[in-house]
Amino acid sequence: MDASATLAATAPHLGLALAVVLAWLLIGLLGLVAIRSFEFISKVLFPAGSIVSLCLAVVAFAALPAQPETAQLPLGLPGLPFHFRLDALSAYFLFVIGAAATGISLFASGYFRRGEGTPPGILCFEYHLFLASMALVVLADDAYCFMVMWESMALSSFFLVTANHRVAEIRRAGYLYLLVAHIGAIGILLCFGVLQANTGDYSFANMRAQQLGPFWASAGFLLALFGFGAKAGVVPLHVWLPEAHPAAPSPVSALMSGVMLKTAIYGLLRVSFDLLHAPLWWWGLILLALGLVTALFGVVYAAAQVDMKRLLAYSSIENIGLLLAGMGLAALFTAYGIRSVAALALTATLYHVASHAFFKALLFVGTGAVLHATAERSLGKLGGLLRFMPWVGWLSLVGVLASAGLPPLGGFVSEWLLLQSFLFTPDLPNSFLNMLIPAVAALIALIAALAGYTMVKFYGIIFLGQPREEKLAEAHDASALERAGMLWLAAGCLALGLLPVQFAGALSAITEQLTGVGLGATLAANAWLLVPMDVARASYGPVIFLVGVALCCLLAYVLVRRFYHGRLRRAPPWDCGFPFQTARMQDSAEGFGQPIRQIFEPFFRMERELPTASDTAPRYRVTLADHFWHWVYLPVARLVTRFAQAIAWLQQGRIAVYLLYSFVTLVAVLMLVRA
Amino acid sequence: MQGMFGQLINLFASVLLLLSFAMLAQRRVVTLIDLFMLQGATLVAATTVVGVVTHQPHLYLSAALTLLLKVALIPWLLHRVIRQLNVRWDVETLINIPTTLLLGIVLVIFAFNLALPISQLSSSVARGTLGIALAGVLLSFLMMITRSKAVSQVIGFLSMENCLFFAATSATYGMPLVVELGIALDVLVGILILGVFMFQLRERFDSLDIRHIEKLKED
Repeated sequence: MDASATLAATAPHLGLALAVVLAWLLIGLLGLVAIRSFEFISKVLFPAGSIVSLCLAVVAFAALPAQPETAQLPLGLPGLPFHFRLDALSAYFLFVIGAAATGISLFASGYFRRGEGTPPGILCFEYHLFLASMALVVLADDAYCFMVMWESMALSSFFLVTANHRVAEIRRAGYLYLLVAHIGAIGILLCFGVLQANTGDYSFANMRAQQLGPFWASAGFLLALFGFGAKAGVVPLHVWLPEAHPAAPSPVSALMSGVMLKTAIYGLLRVSFDLLHAPLWWWGLILLALGLVTALFGVVYAAAQVDMKRLLAYSSIENIGLLLAGMGLAALFTAYGIRSVAALALTATLYHVASHAFFKALLFVGTGAVLHATAERSLGKLGGLLRFMPWVGWLSLVGVLASAGLPPLGGFVSEWLLLQSFLFTPDLPNSFLNMLIPAVAALIALIAALAGYTMVKFYGIIFLGQPREEKLAEAHDASALERAGMLWLAAGCLALGLLPVQFAGALSAITEQLTGVGLGATLAANAWLLVPMDVARASYGPVIFLVGVALCCLLAYVLVRRFYHGRLRRAPPWDCGFPFQTARMQDSAEGFGQPIRQIFEPFFRMERELPTASDTAPRYRVTLADHFWHWVYLPVARLVTRFAQAIAWLQQGRIAVYLLYSFVTLVAVLMLVRA
Repeated sequence: MQGMFGQLINLFASVLLLLSFAMLAQRRVVTLIDLFMLQGATLVAATTVVGVVTHQPHLYLSAALTLLLKVALIPWLLHRVIRQLNVRWDVETLINIPTTLLLGIVLVIFAFNLALPISQLSSSVARGTLGIALAGVLLSFLMMITRSKAVSQVIGFLSMENCLFFAATSATYGMPLVVELGIALDVLVGILILGVFMFQLRERFDSLDIRHIEKLKED
C-alpha cells in the first residue's frame, strides 16, 4: 500500500498506467478461473477490458505533455528491479494501444464463439496478457524488463495465433511467427549489449548517457533494425505476416497488425532517436530505402491477393514500409541539422501510427464479421454483402477510405504530411540526395495510388456487386457489441481526419523530445486549417473537404433521383445478347489483380496454367509465391538441414563408437594439457 | 627404509600395469575376473605401503574398503552373475588381440610422456608411478572400447576406477575420505545397475553381446 501511495504521489500518470496493466492481468486471471463460462467471459470480462483500455488511452493522452515520470518496482529477479518510465514517446504509443484495444476488445466480446479450439477462459487470459505485455514493453526503462515483456508479448500472441491449433496450417503459421520473432529478439538483445558499452548497467538511463563511437553506434542501430524489423515485418523478414494474420482469430489479427507491429516501430524510434541520440545520415538513407522497398513490395502483393486477410496482411507490410520511410526521412533531416523538417517527418510518421492502428484494426475486425457470417475468406466466393450486412459494410467503407488515403479521414492526413516533408528535401546540403528524393516522393505517390487500387478491390469484391455464392444471402449482420467496437474504430478514423491540428499539436511533445523542435506553435495559429510550415506553402482544411464531399454526394444523389430514376421506362429491352447479369459475369479478385500481376511480373514467382483453345473443360489457374522464400529462406533451410545431417553421422548407435568418442576426447584434452 | 618402500611401491605399480595388459589380452571372462581381483589386491598392498610410509591412517581405511569391495564383494558378485548367465565362454574382441596390445604400448608411452612434468612437481613418495596409473586408466578405457560383451565392459569400467584410485594415491596420498566413500558407494550401485542391465539384455536377446543394442538411434 505504501509503495502504491508513493507511486501515486510521485508519478501519477505512470501509476495509473500500471494500474491499468494490473487490471488487464486481473481480468485475464479471472478468465482462467472461470475457464468454461462463456457468457461471463464474453459479456463481462471482455467489455471490462475494453473500459480499462479506454482509461489507459485517456491517462496516456493526458501524460503526453507532462514531464517524464519514472518508477522502480521490485519485480523479477532479486537485485534486478523493473524500471518503468513514462515520457511523451511511450505515452503516445500507450495511447495508441489503449485506443485501438478499446474498440477491438468490444468487438472481441461479440466475436469469439463457443467450441472453437482453445477454451474461452484461456483465450481471455492470453488476450489480456498480450495487451498488458505490449503496454509494459512501451513503459520499460531497462533492457531486462523490455526483453521480458517483449518475449511475453511474442509468446502470448503466438498462442493467440494458434488458438485454432487443430488445423495443421495454423500450427505451421504459428511456428513460423515464433521462429522469426525469436530470431529478431536475438538482434534486439545484442543491440542492448552494444548500447550498454561494457558498463554492465542495462538501464536505458545509462545507455542514454553513453557516448558511442560511430562504429559501435552503427552496429547497435543495425542490430536494432534487424530485431525490430523482424517484428514489424520489414522485407525480407516479412514472411510471417501473410501466414500468421490469416491464421489468427480476427480481433487478434487486428491487435497484431494495428498495435503490435507499432511496438517494433516504437523500439526502433526509442533506440535510434533516444538511446543513440545522434542518428548518422546514412542510417536515414537505409531506413528510407528499406521502407520504400517494403512498402512497394507490400502493396504490389496486396493487390494480387485473393484471400481477404492475406490482402490486409500485405497492406500492413506496406504501411510499415511507409512508417519506416518517414522515420528515415526524419533521421536524415536530424543528421543534417534541419530540425523543423525532421519534426514534420516524425509527426507524419507518428500520425500514421495512430491512423493505421485505427483503420487496419477496423478492416481486420470487418473481415472477422464477414468470416463469421459466411465462413469464407476467399474473395472469389464473396460479393454483394453490403445488402446483407449493412453495418459491417458501411463501417468497413470508412476503414477502406482511410486506408486508401482519401480525405477527410485519418489516412489522408498522415500521407499528406509525409509528402509535405518530402517536398522540403531541396534544403538538404547533399546534392546527390537532393536529386534522388523527388524520385522517392514519386514512388510514395505510386504506393499510395496502388494502395487505393487494392482497397477498391478489397471493398468492391466483398461488399459490392452480386453475391458469388448462394449461401451468402443468409449472411447475418454483426452483433450489437461487434457493431459498437467497429463504430469506435470508425469514429477514431474520422476524428483523426477531422481534428488533425489538435492531434498533430499533441504530438509536438514527442518531436520536441526526439528532435528538439515541436510543431505546436505553427499548428496552433490556425485551429481549422492544418499548416505544417507556412500558410503560403501548403495547408489542408479537413472540414472544408468534408463539406465539399458531402455536398458532392448530396448533389449526385439528388440528380440521380431526380433525372435518372424519374425517366425510368419499362419496355422490352434490346439486350445486346446480354439479357441478364449473373454473379459469374462480374470482375473476380483474380481478374482485378491481373493488370498488377502483368505490370509487376518480376515481383512475383508466378505459376500459370492457361487453357488451350481446344480444351473442352478449360481451367485457368495461377499461383503466386514470394521470391524471398526461394532466395533467402529455402537456401538457409537447406543449409541447416545439410549441416544437421552431417552432424547426425556422429550418431552411429554403437556403444564402442561412443566410448571411442570419449576416449579420443580424453586423449586430445590430455595432449592439450601437455602442450 | 624410505628407498625400500619407494621400490616396493614401484614394484606394485609395475604389477598393476602388467595386470592391465594381461586383462587387455585375456579372452576368458572367468580369468578376467580373477585378474581384476588380483589388480584389486595389488592396489590394497600399494595403498597400505603408502599409508605406512606417510603415516596417514585414513589410507588404511581406504585400503580396507578396497579389500572389502574390489577384492571380495565385486568379484564374488561378478562370478555369481556369469555363473547364472552361463557366460564363461571366450571373449570376442572387436579388434584382434595383438593390435590391441600394440595400441596399448602406444598409450603407455603417451601416458608416461604426459605424466613426466607432473610427477616432477610432486613431492610424493610414489610420484614415479603417476604415469603408470594414467596408463592403466587409458588401457582400461581401451578394453572397454574393444570388447563386445557387457561383462568385460563392466570389468573394464571397474579397472579404470581402480587405476584412478591408484593415481590419486600416488599423486596426493589419496583423496579425502568422504570422496573415497562416495566413490565406493557409486561403484557398488553402478555394479548393481549393470548387473540388472545384463540380466535384462540376456532375457531380451538371449546373449550378452552389446552389438544387439546397436540400434540406439532412429533412422
